[in-house]
Amino acid sequence: MSYPSNSNIHLFRNEILNLCKQDVAKCIQCGKCSAGCPISPEMDIQPNQIIRLIQLNDREGVLRSNTIWLCASCETCSVRCPEKIEIATIMDILRKLSLEANIQAGEKNIVKFDQIFLDSIKKRGRVHELGLVIRYNLTTGQPWKDVHLGPIMFMKGKFSLLGHRIKELERVKEIFRLSRRIKSQE
Amino acid sequence: MEIGYYPGCSLESSAKEFDVSIRACFTKLGVSLKEIPDWNCCGASPAHYLNEELALSLPYRNLIKAEEAKLQKILSPCPACHSHLIHVYNEVIRDPGLNQRLKNIVGKEFKKNSVSKHLLDFIKEDIGMERLKESITLPLKDLKVACYYGCLTRLPDVNIDDIENPMIMDKIIEAIGGEPIDWSYKTECCGASLSITRTEIVLRLVKPILEAAEEKGAECIVVACPLCQSNLETRQGDINKKYKTSFKIPVLYLSQLIGISQGINPAELGLNRLIINPTPLLLEKGIFEK
Repeated sequence: MSYPSNSNIHLFRNEILNLCKQDVAKCIQCGKCSAGCPISPEMDIQPNQIIRLIQLNDREGVLRSNTIWLCASCETCSVRCPEKIEIATIMDILRKLSLEANIQAGEKNIVKFDQIFLDSIKKRGRVHELGLVIRYNLTTGQPWKDVHLGPIMFMKGKFSLLGHRIKELERVKEIFRLSRRIKSQE
Repeated sequence: MEIGYYPGCSLESSAKEFDVSIRACFTKLGVSLKEIPDWNCCGASPAHYLNEELALSLPYRNLIKAEEAKLQKILSPCPACHSHLIHVYNEVIRDPGLNQRLKNIVGKEFKKNSVSKHLLDFIKEDIGMERLKESITLPLKDLKVACYYGCLTRLPDVNIDDIENPMIMDKIIEAIGGEPIDWSYKTECCGASLSITRTEIVLRLVKPILEAAEEKGAECIVVACPLCQSNLETRQGDINKKYKTSFKIPVLYLSQLIGISQGINPAELGLNRLIINPTPLLLEKGIFEK
């Protein structure tokens, strides 16, 4: 009896190991990550299945999932994994790999939100919450979303109308210009 | 005692009452807060999700600004901001190569002389329960409080307390005369920023948290995170509408409850900024006088 000797079968596992020091080969498929995940009902692929698919080298299947974008980084999976695999850390790197590969995100609006958020930091150095929500609603074509909360939040002084702009904004822009999506291994 | 202060973006607007109440009760405790000059956003989860080096270099600049202002300890009330600041601090100590890389991005080198502490860390280690108790003039008269931690104890590099059953906020509530309830939802996730992008998920997650608190007799919920507060309080109306429930349970910041027990004027604690007004409850309990 012989085993397949194709060395490429561990490519995706090795990629993840190199990028974030997490080895999915240790996973015993106990399922605790999925059992404890608060968002699992909405995920198209369960967290333990994501780990299994990395083992099986299904790069595209993993990067296309909505799971990697719905993960709220609550870290429940990471702290409960009996093999001490930081699953939330793996989700982080998967998001970046999916952007690098230009794969249509399983949750387009979440990517939009994150981009608008970063744009706000780039423009002011800080996030302007009211501006962020308005721009998100308009960009995603749902102008009336949460409008019912507007009056009460305004009355309670929860909106800063103008927002703050930091003095060293040029430095922050430089930080944006120099930062690489995936940490340079130099 | 003077310490550094990193309010973070939420405390400038939607969580202004967290900011004002911290300032008020720290003044009572004899701690003066010096804001990090010209601080920037820590990058929050979006930087973390989209750009690895940005998520490290934005907090790195804040550490440098704190260090330049000779602020060795930085109080960061928002758990996410704190986690990012302390994570970068630990990473550059662990990995000199990373420190070099971040120095090249940010333009200056962090010499590792400033470290972030969360509000709970700071009360536990730097103020201490005894000193906190000494500042109390208006004990909470057994107000039944559900202490909600969310993901706070699990966040990377936070290490504040037991991960699955933290007790530090419960002990603080006890120290100021309240009665922390024993419940099993204290570390369930509130859904964080999905509140904006996938609101229905947050409603599904918050409903059982509110139910569990009420079932155990909680009269209010206390939190130490701007996102927890917003999701647990602001979304109660939406939950009631969707699930035909009738939640109206006040959700206060820990610093507001501490401030109340220190006899600080409610306006100085930003109680008027809460959407669910806690004043009727506080009057009923005899904590405030009619």
